[in-house]
Amino acid sequence: MSDIAIRVEGLSKQYRLGSHERYKTLRDTWTDAMTAPFRAVANWRSRLDSPPSNDFIWALKDISLEIKHGEAVGIIGRNGAGKSTLLKILSRITEPTEGYAEIHGRIGSLLEVGTGFHPELTGRENIYLNGAILGMKRAEIDCKFDEIVAFAEIEKFLDTSVKHYSSGMHVRLAFAVAAHLEPEILLVDEVLSVGDAVFQKKCLGKMEDVASEGRTVLFVSHNLGALANLCPRAVLLVQGKKWRDGASDSVISEYVAMSSPYHGEIVWDAPATAPGNEKMRLHAVRIVSGGQTTAEVDIQQDVHIEVEFWNYKPGAMINTSIHLLDKMGTPVLASSNARSANLIEDPWFGKPYSAGLYRAVCTLPGNFLNEGPYGVNAIVLTDITNIEISAREVLSFTVHDTGAMRKEYQGIWIGVVRPKLAWQTEYLRSVTTIDREEKNL
Amino acid sequence: MTQLPEGMTNSQGASSVSPQSAKPVILIRPSRGWVPFNLRDLWEYRELLYFLVWRDVKVRYKQTALGAAWAILQPFLTMIVFSIFFGRLAGVPSDGIPYPIFTYTALLPWQLFSHALIESSTSLVTNERLITKVYFPRLVIPISAVLAGLVDFGVAFVVLVAMMFFFGIIPTAAILTLPFFILLAIATALAVGLWLSALNVQYRDVRYIIPFLTQFWLFATPIAYSSSLVPEPWRVWYGLNPMAGVVEGFRWALLGKTGGTASLLLVSILIVGVLLVSGLAYFRRMERTFADVV
Repeated sequence: MSDIAIRVEGLSKQYRLGSHERYKTLRDTWTDAMTAPFRAVANWRSRLDSPPSNDFIWALKDISLEIKHGEAVGIIGRNGAGKSTLLKILSRITEPTEGYAEIHGRIGSLLEVGTGFHPELTGRENIYLNGAILGMKRAEIDCKFDEIVAFAEIEKFLDTSVKHYSSGMHVRLAFAVAAHLEPEILLVDEVLSVGDAVFQKKCLGKMEDVASEGRTVLFVSHNLGALANLCPRAVLLVQGKKWRDGASDSVISEYVAMSSPYHGEIVWDAPATAPGNEKMRLHAVRIVSGGQTTAEVDIQQDVHIEVEFWNYKPGAMINTSIHLLDKMGTPVLASSNARSANLIEDPWFGKPYSAGLYRAVCTLPGNFLNEGPYGVNAIVLTDITNIEISAREVLSFTVHDTGAMRKEYQGIWIGVVRPKLAWQTEYLRSVTTIDREEKNL
Repeated sequence: MTQLPEGMTNSQGASSVSPQSAKPVILIRPSRGWVPFNLRDLWEYRELLYFLVWRDVKVRYKQTALGAAWAILQPFLTMIVFSIFFGRLAGVPSDGIPYPIFTYTALLPWQLFSHALIESSTSLVTNERLITKVYFPRLVIPISAVLAGLVDFGVAFVVLVAMMFFFGIIPTAAILTLPFFILLAIATALAVGLWLSALNVQYRDVRYIIPFLTQFWLFATPIAYSSSLVPEPWRVWYGLNPMAGVVEGFRWALLGKTGGTASLLLVSILIVGVLLVSGLAYFRRMERTFADVV
C-alpha cells in the first residue's frame, strides 16, 4: 500500500470542441441568453432524441494507472492522444471531468522550461523567481544556487538582464533551474527537446540521474530512444484511452507499428483542420517510391517526400524542410530546399510565392536508408527562420531490404542509415621474415 | 531500489523542504459547485507570493526615465490640478484643512486602490503562462498584484509626511489606526479585483470596463470634496462606496478631521466584507476552469 506513488482511477477529461475553451465576450453570453428560449423551443424535439454532447470531445477517457515509488514511466502517443492532458491533471493545473487520482509524496512538474522567466530581470533574479514558481523554497534555491549557475554555464552573465541572453543561454538557464528541482515525484513533458545537441545530452544525463536515484518519474517525450533509456515501463495512449501498459521496448514497437496507417499519404481536404496558420496550410504529405504512393519502400529505390501546401499570402518568401526520424524518434537528418543546401536548383527558392497550392519534393537516393521504419516531420518556413507549418511525425514509411544488398551477408545491419559506399582494397607488399618474427614475439 | 517506510522522505532536498515528515497525499477529483477557500494552501505558497510581489515591484519602473519618481509624480500632479480647479477656482470646502493636503491625503489611498484594482483585475490574463504550466493556488496572483502597489504607496507617503510638516499638522493618537485603513483599502481593491480578474478570464470585456469603472469611482469618492457635502440622513449610505470610508478614515487618522461618520465607516467595512467573501467564493468556483479558458 505504502509503495504506491500515483494511483489513477477512471480519469477522464472533456474539452469543448476546438481543443481549448475559447474565452467569450459578454456579447456572446448575452446573445446566447437572448436566443436561448427560441432555441429551446426549436431544439425541443432533437434534444429529446440525442444528448447535447456533440460539441465536446474526451481528451482523456477512463484512464487507470498505478505507479510505484521509484518507478520511471514513459507516456507515449501521437499528438492529441492525451499525454499532456494527463500530466496537467496530475500537476493540478486543470481538473478532471470524471474519476480521481491520488498522489503520495511531494510532486513537482516540468511542463515547460523557463516558466515565468521575466526578460527584464537578471539571470540571478530569474533563478530565484523561476525556482519559487516551480515550488522550491528560498533556502533550497540558496543552497543549490552555485550548482545551477555552473550547470547553465552562465557565470559571467549572472547580473545581465535575461533579455540580452542568446536563446541558447536562456534555455540552459531555464533547464538548469528545473533540473535542480528535487521532488519525490517528477512529471516531465517534452522539455528535453530544447537546446543544442551537447546540452541535450547533458539534460538527458541529469534525467538519468533522477531516475536512478529512485525518484518516481513520469516522462512524456517524442524522443522514443531517450524514453526507452530512461523508463523501463511505458504507457501508450491512443485517442485519450490507455492502449497498452508494459515494458518500454514492446510498447514502443507496438506504437511504431501502429503509427503508419496512412499508406504513404496524408491529405487534408479541409484546410481549416490542417497544420499551419492563416498565412499557409499544409495540404498533403506523401511518400512516392517506385512510381507510386506507398508506405513500403524498396531499399534500392529513390524515396520522394512530397510536401504540398497552400500559400495564402502573396509575396511570401518560403522554404520547405523535412526531418527524417528513426523508430526511436531520434533525428536521422534534416534537409531543406535552401540554395546552398540543395543538390539541384529549385526554381522557386528565393522568389516571392504567389498565393496558391505548391508541392515541394525532396528526393532521398536509393541504397541510403537502412531497413526499418522512418518518421517524417514536414516544416514550411518563411524568411528562412519563421516556422509557419510544423507537422511532426506526420507520416511514416518502412524501408524493406528486398535482398539486393544481402547476397553475401544475411545478419543484422546496424546503423540508422545504410548507404552503399565506395570500397576498394589494395595489395601493398609481401610478408617478409621480419614480419614473421614480430608476429611470433 | 530501496523502499522507505511511509513517513520518511528519501532525500535531503525533500526533507529540508517539507516541514511535515509524513508524505503528503494529494487527492485530485472533479469539484462541483462552491469549494472551500483553502487559505492554508495559500499560506504554504507564501514564498511564491513574496517572489511575485518582488518581481512586480522590480519590473514596474524598468526602462522608465523617471523610475520610482512616478510613484510621487502621479498623486502630486493630481493634487496640484485638484487644488487649482476644485480648491481655488471652484472653492470646494475642505473641512477647514488646507486644500492641497486635504486632497493629497485622499489621493494616497485612492492611488493604492486604483492601481491595485487595475493590476489585479488583469493579473490572471497577464500571467496566463504561469496558470497553464504550473500549479499553485491561483489566489496568489491577484493578491500579489494588489500587494505590489504598497511600495508606491510607501514612496508617496513620504511626500505626505513632508506636507504635514510644511502645513504644521501634528497627528493625533488617531494615527495608530492608519494601518487598519490601509488594510481596508487593500481589502477593497482585492475584493473587487477577485471578481474582475475571474470574470476577465471568461469575458475579456472587463479590460474595457476597468478604465470607466475607476474613473466613475474616482468621482464617486470624496477625494476632491468632503463627505460632509452629502446631507446627513443619506451620509451613512455614502459608505456603500467603501472607498468613502477608507478616504475619510485616512483624513481622520492623519489630519484629525473628517466629514465622515462612524456609521458611514461601519457600512463601508460591512460592504467590503461582503464583497471580499463573495469575491473569494466566486474566484474559487471559477478557478478550476482558468487553465482551460484563459
